[in-house]
Amino acid sequence: MVKVRLWGTLRQWTDGQQDVDVEGQTFKQVLDNLSAAYPGLAPQIKRGVSLAVDGVIYRDAWFQPIAPGAEVVLMPFMKGG
Amino acid sequence: MKSIPVSTTINGDPVEFLCTPDEPLLDVLRNRLGLTGAKEGCGTGDCGACSVTVNGRLVCSCLVLGVEVEGAQIETIEGMAHGETLHPLQRHFIEKAALQCGVCTPGILVAAKSLLEKNASPTDEEVRYWLAGNLCRCTGYDKIIEAVQSAAAEMRGEV
Amino acid sequence: MALDDQKRAFKYVGTTPNRPDGVDKVTGKAQYGADITAPGMLMGAVLRSPHPHARIVSIDTSAAEAMPGVRAVVTGKDFPAVEDQGFADIGETCMARDKVLYDGHPVAAIAATTPAIAKAAIRAIKVEYAPLPHVTDVDEAMLPDAPVVLEGRALEHVPAGMSQNVTNTCEFGHGDLEAGFTKADLILERSFKVGAAHQGYIEPNACMASYAADGRADLYCCTQGHFFVRAVCSALMGMEASQLRVTASEIGGGFGGKTTVFVEPVALMLSKKSGRPVKLVMTRDEVFKATGPTVHASVDCKIGMTKDGRITAGDMTLRYSGGAWPSGTIEMGAQAGFAAYDMPAVRTLGWTALTNRPKEISYRAPGAPQAVYAVESLIDEMCQQLGLDPVETRLKNAARKGTLSSYGVTFDDIGMVATLEAAKAHPHWSAPLGPNQGRGIAAGFWFNFGGNTCVSLNINADGTASVTEGNPDIGGSRASISLMAAEELGIPYDNIRTIVADTASLGYNDNTDGSRVTFAVGLATIKAARAAIKVMCDRAAAMWGIDAEAVEWIDGAAVPAGPNAGKFPPMSLAEIAAMSFQTGGPIAGHHEVNVDGAGVSFGVHICDVEVDPETGHTLVTRYTVAQDAGKAVHPTYVEGQMQGGAVQGIGWALNEEYIYGRDGRLQNAGFLDYRIPVASDLPKIDTVILEIPNPGHPYGVRGVGETPIVPPLAAVTNAVSRAIGKRMYQVPMSPPRIMTTIKGK
Repeated sequence: MVKVRLWGTLRQWTDGQQDVDVEGQTFKQVLDNLSAAYPGLAPQIKRGVSLAVDGVIYRDAWFQPIAPGAEVVLMPFMKGG
Repeated sequence: MKSIPVSTTINGDPVEFLCTPDEPLLDVLRNRLGLTGAKEGCGTGDCGACSVTVNGRLVCSCLVLGVEVEGAQIETIEGMAHGETLHPLQRHFIEKAALQCGVCTPGILVAAKSLLEKNASPTDEEVRYWLAGNLCRCTGYDKIIEAVQSAAAEMRGEV
Repeated sequence: MALDDQKRAFKYVGTTPNRPDGVDKVTGKAQYGADITAPGMLMGAVLRSPHPHARIVSIDTSAAEAMPGVRAVVTGKDFPAVEDQGFADIGETCMARDKVLYDGHPVAAIAATTPAIAKAAIRAIKVEYAPLPHVTDVDEAMLPDAPVVLEGRALEHVPAGMSQNVTNTCEFGHGDLEAGFTKADLILERSFKVGAAHQGYIEPNACMASYAADGRADLYCCTQGHFFVRAVCSALMGMEASQLRVTASEIGGGFGGKTTVFVEPVALMLSKKSGRPVKLVMTRDEVFKATGPTVHASVDCKIGMTKDGRITAGDMTLRYSGGAWPSGTIEMGAQAGFAAYDMPAVRTLGWTALTNRPKEISYRAPGAPQAVYAVESLIDEMCQQLGLDPVETRLKNAARKGTLSSYGVTFDDIGMVATLEAAKAHPHWSAPLGPNQGRGIAAGFWFNFGGNTCVSLNINADGTASVTEGNPDIGGSRASISLMAAEELGIPYDNIRTIVADTASLGYNDNTDGSRVTFAVGLATIKAARAAIKVMCDRAAAMWGIDAEAVEWIDGAAVPAGPNAGKFPPMSLAEIAAMSFQTGGPIAGHHEVNVDGAGVSFGVHICDVEVDPETGHTLVTRYTVAQDAGKAVHPTYVEGQMQGGAVQGIGWALNEEYIYGRDGRLQNAGFLDYRIPVASDLPKIDTVILEIPNPGHPYGVRGVGETPIVPPLAAVTNAVSRAIGKRMYQVPMSPPRIMTTIKGK
């Protein structure tokens, strides 16, 4: 199980929870399982999200391993100028 | 509009060209003579990227007509170095990192050279005011001022 | 790819050699977007809407088409429909379809044999418009009865019942706000406004397109990312990416503004229809009216603080508008606003609304300056009210390793405290001030990014190396990449040449943006060099007749690893390269990766101003920037980024904004009226580079380009507010606004 912290806007799709537990050992598994468990999150995940794992922001890294107990934070897909 | 023949001297070379009466010198240099070192940043005399000298006077070439330079002596960035030898200003601009994107650089070099011909020992403030007509968006001007001053010192024989 | 070694001694990285493109750029030889020509080339021109919002009833191009010398006319109808919404939006900024959405929106384009004919033909096009009500201010656009710019674009999480202009909302934060505010001795809530600033690059957008009858095309343009240009242009043209080769010219500034296309698809379509190369160059007026500035913003910020300066809670609502199309910039602003501080309770709520303005494009740390401005201004006002030192107060609340950030991530090694300490220790902070002068300080934060990156590194037979990368060089990156290749290979900087290749020569590279190039391209270069080194070690091992594993690379040469490997003198890169044809063929290394792990960066700026109480004119008299650069690869160029970014922020704080009239038209589309800082406006910009290694890069490099534009809005505001004895709540702080505040409204 991985605990994923969502940003506040997304709480409306998770019955008000900011932290949700999903299965998954990689970036993609976690996102796929999030979409499956909370279909309301699917459009945002499809548009693009980043995932911060223990403080490092990953943007498209499907195979990035996520250890149980890691700090996992869902973020919007980020870009700079 | 019918074109008019113009005879002039650019960087010491005799040059003849045809241009329409409403055609800016900048367009003549860039489009007719292949001298694309002068840049068009605004076309209204606000940015200085097109700076050249006409008979020793610093001008925005976007505000001078091609037909106005009949018989004139024009200096552009292309004439600043001699063969493989860069002008001290050019060398110090590279060494002091006085350029980032470099698009304002030809205009600033022409303007700075014109300043040092008039005033070999300018203060920083004088350099800043003289170059106030040359916009640079990358550097914040600091390293440009430093480069002009170190080139000026070298040209005065102090280094 | 983690940090090699915190205390590694560098030989080339950290030195300041001349850039490889320097001579071309000081002699006028460097070719920028408008400098490219081709045989038989036509010149393009664009007709633009004079209306901020109107339906296009009809376009009659017949008179223009009949003019001698006119070779092609293009309107929105020439472009196929595009499925991808992001690309479709970009396409519509390049050429309107049914509606025009801002003053300057392209409606038609001409290619003709001379610029004069193209301009005359533009005037011969007849467009009938049905004007619609317009809105150009974000707060007005959010009102329920505001004119609707685009329908049906709200994301699913936007509450029902709002104006259709509201397309996105986001909320970040943690902790119990109510409990936090209860602990505060002082709670202040203020509203701020930030004008839309343009990137102000000196080189107008320009390109030259050549579309051949067999469906292949070449495009030359000034861009921050030619691979993205290829992706969007091939989609808009309905062609395969492989058939469009894009070459990036030298680029005359971008700052985020050249991360998209405006003229490129139009030039390609004109070239396709005319069968000739077409050059299309924007005028400065067009650049201001019809390329993207950054968002304009309206912000409400509330902070609670104890008497001794501990922040107990922060709550902020941000309203951004990125013009006539949906924009995601609000999400970055809302995450960055409070990111510099350890906040027990924090919430940022963001909204985005459509307005009849051009489509926003990234501008250096997009979204962050607006949000951080509000936070840093309010903290300063609270310090004034509580009689606290603004540096000590920031130190007391500074985010550090282990802090839960306002955007949900726990920080690793970061430089906020070190940067504040550097500012505090700088002589500027304690220097005396004169009459009508004030001193402001502000911190800033930016994420920095990595992204898709490809590098090829070839070892030449003469013992030199060529590095091929795919990111346009906007500030000296070819020098920094060469330095890292030199460091890794162990050969002199001057023996390396780095070039930026076209889209046919490398795999995809993300844009030169997000402060990513020195970090990500540097990382890929180091890995490419290590791949080449592996080959060179193998070759040396084969020549010595020992195991490849028994060879290591030290200081530019293969050497036997340890006494058991055999006794051979070091074999230099040049020696191995000279024998490469005989030992297996040319030697190269390459690396392709989507890089993550860019470290966040913090900056603290100190600003002194003198305000003329008679006129409200502000002169910046002293300015100091302290910033964490990770490892500074080319320290002089790092300073240049810090100085340049700070000055852009100073311009934004004092002068720069888009001014729209009641008629919805842009009133200051030129450098005379949109005044960017000139040399005589400014003092020396002093810099302090801190080097807190980024654990996500082998040399510890962090991005540095964007952070320096984040603190100045508040640093200058705090200085002006202290100089005049009254707080300012809007940027830019034009003289009339300062006079209004001095006179007490």
